[in-house]
Amino acid sequence: MHHIIIGAGPGGVVAAETIRKTNPTDQITLIGDELAPPYSRMAIPYLLVEDIEESGTFLRSTSHYKDHRIDYVQGRVKSIDASAKTCLLEDGTELSYDELCLATGSTPISPPIEGIDLPNVHSCWTLEDARQISALAKPDSDVVLMGAGFIGCIILESLVKRKVNLSVIEMGSRMVPRMLDENAGGLLKQWCIDDGVNVHTGTKVNAIKESPDGMLVELDNGESIKADLVISATGVRSNTAFLEGSGIDIDEGVLINNKMQTNLANVYAVGDVAQGMDFSTGEYTVQAIQPTATDHGRIAGLNMAGKNAEHNGSLNMNILDTLGLISTSYGLWMGVEGGDTAEIYTPELFKYMNLRFGVDEESDVLVGATTLGVTQHVGVLRGLIESKIHLGEWKQRLIDDPMRIMDAYVASTQELDNAV
Amino acid sequence: MQKSLHLDPAKCTGCLQCEMACSYEKLGEFNPSRSVIKVFTFHEEGRFAPYTCTQCDEAWCLRACPVDAITMDLSSGAKVVIDDKCVGCKVCTISCPFGTINYVQETGKVAKCDLCGGDPECAKACPTDAITYIDANATGYDRMKAFAEKSLPSANTTS
Repeated sequence: MHHIIIGAGPGGVVAAETIRKTNPTDQITLIGDELAPPYSRMAIPYLLVEDIEESGTFLRSTSHYKDHRIDYVQGRVKSIDASAKTCLLEDGTELSYDELCLATGSTPISPPIEGIDLPNVHSCWTLEDARQISALAKPDSDVVLMGAGFIGCIILESLVKRKVNLSVIEMGSRMVPRMLDENAGGLLKQWCIDDGVNVHTGTKVNAIKESPDGMLVELDNGESIKADLVISATGVRSNTAFLEGSGIDIDEGVLINNKMQTNLANVYAVGDVAQGMDFSTGEYTVQAIQPTATDHGRIAGLNMAGKNAEHNGSLNMNILDTLGLISTSYGLWMGVEGGDTAEIYTPELFKYMNLRFGVDEESDVLVGATTLGVTQHVGVLRGLIESKIHLGEWKQRLIDDPMRIMDAYVASTQELDNAV
Repeated sequence: MQKSLHLDPAKCTGCLQCEMACSYEKLGEFNPSRSVIKVFTFHEEGRFAPYTCTQCDEAWCLRACPVDAITMDLSSGAKVVIDDKCVGCKVCTISCPFGTINYVQETGKVAKCDLCGGDPECAKACPTDAITYIDANATGYDRMKAFAEKSLPSANTTS
């Protein structure tokens, strides 16, 4: 049995490892298209802050793949022929598979703006992008960041530490609109302004023009900002182009069932390229987050190795460190109609917590949460949501003090009352 | 024989010796706020409950780590954070459904229970046997672990 995994990010690597762990004899080929050994985009912000070297971003040690008899092939897949069960690489190599896992990830969207192709406009996605940004973001240089989403915010610290003059332009009415609500996004904006960042929300970039001393970023409010470097971080899109005509069903990403299988039984998809079930809504979405990629990878790997594994959807969750202010959101963080809420909001301390409960028979079940300025035991929010624990009397206690999430979890999972 | 921590809320008096011992072992100072075993207080029930990582088989923290900074110690079964590799991205802290791996602002890294290399100080410090380190099969801890894991629908696997 030959398994080919296209894409060497976290989802692909975990799929390969899971197959190997489950099945010691199968042949495994992992294909990656970048020059560096498999690395983690999640670690790039820490490379930009110069906390780590490039090798610190590597997903595994360099000998790991050989040690686990995973054949690593550096190359880019041009197309697949699902009926012949072959992958064609750009260099002309053809590889035959019995089972295929698509883990090709996503690529930054390039917004249709005049000047987006100028040489000093970069996205922040690959190691190569990080090298370019490091070279251009010098002290006192003018840097404009387009997009205050997850990626934009997580690299703010590195830019501030490099002592650049930084302006952030976000189309949405608040920072990180797809992850944080008004209260959390508002506090985050104030935090950044206090740290000397110029934050423009509800503002669009109309064009990036060349000027004698650098670039000029024109905004829709009539202002123009001088820039030596523009970083474009306006979202990502699944890498599915090479699958055109393959017969594999694609919507926003590759559609997968709860076993990570596509419409073709021997083809799986995981991570940012996959459009799988969301735990909270039951809808099929591309989540593009690290925990979902690795959970997908594990489930696909088990199934590819002959086990039977499935999930009931992936919980959408994020944790973001913006200039030291840490925020998280989970599941239905925006709440459900008619559901109760437990909230503390202390703007002067940059502290916020909002717990969302379900309705009807789930009225005492946590379905979503937002935290800001809180880091201890946040993982238990996942446990409470995914386990659908009925909180009973603890619901009111959480409404009185949302900080007691860990108490609520421990009390609900340990037998406190039965104690002798 | 694999051993694991057995935590018995009924025997816990809330004396916090475990938190003192844990922080002293890890940091060389008595600093319960940095202990990775925590005693939770339930005034309503008049109970205390010590709680820490179950060293679960799923190891969500380990799998979610983007830089391979969490590994399994083969002798104790503990999932251990390698400080030199941890970049402080905190993805493990939202992935662990038990809330037992946490970010430490002072170090910029995460911290969790590593069973002190197979000789946990918390168990030795506990004066009432609320924390014991015993044969894994005999611990109610396994039941708790099983409950929590079974209840997580993202993990269902049958072979």
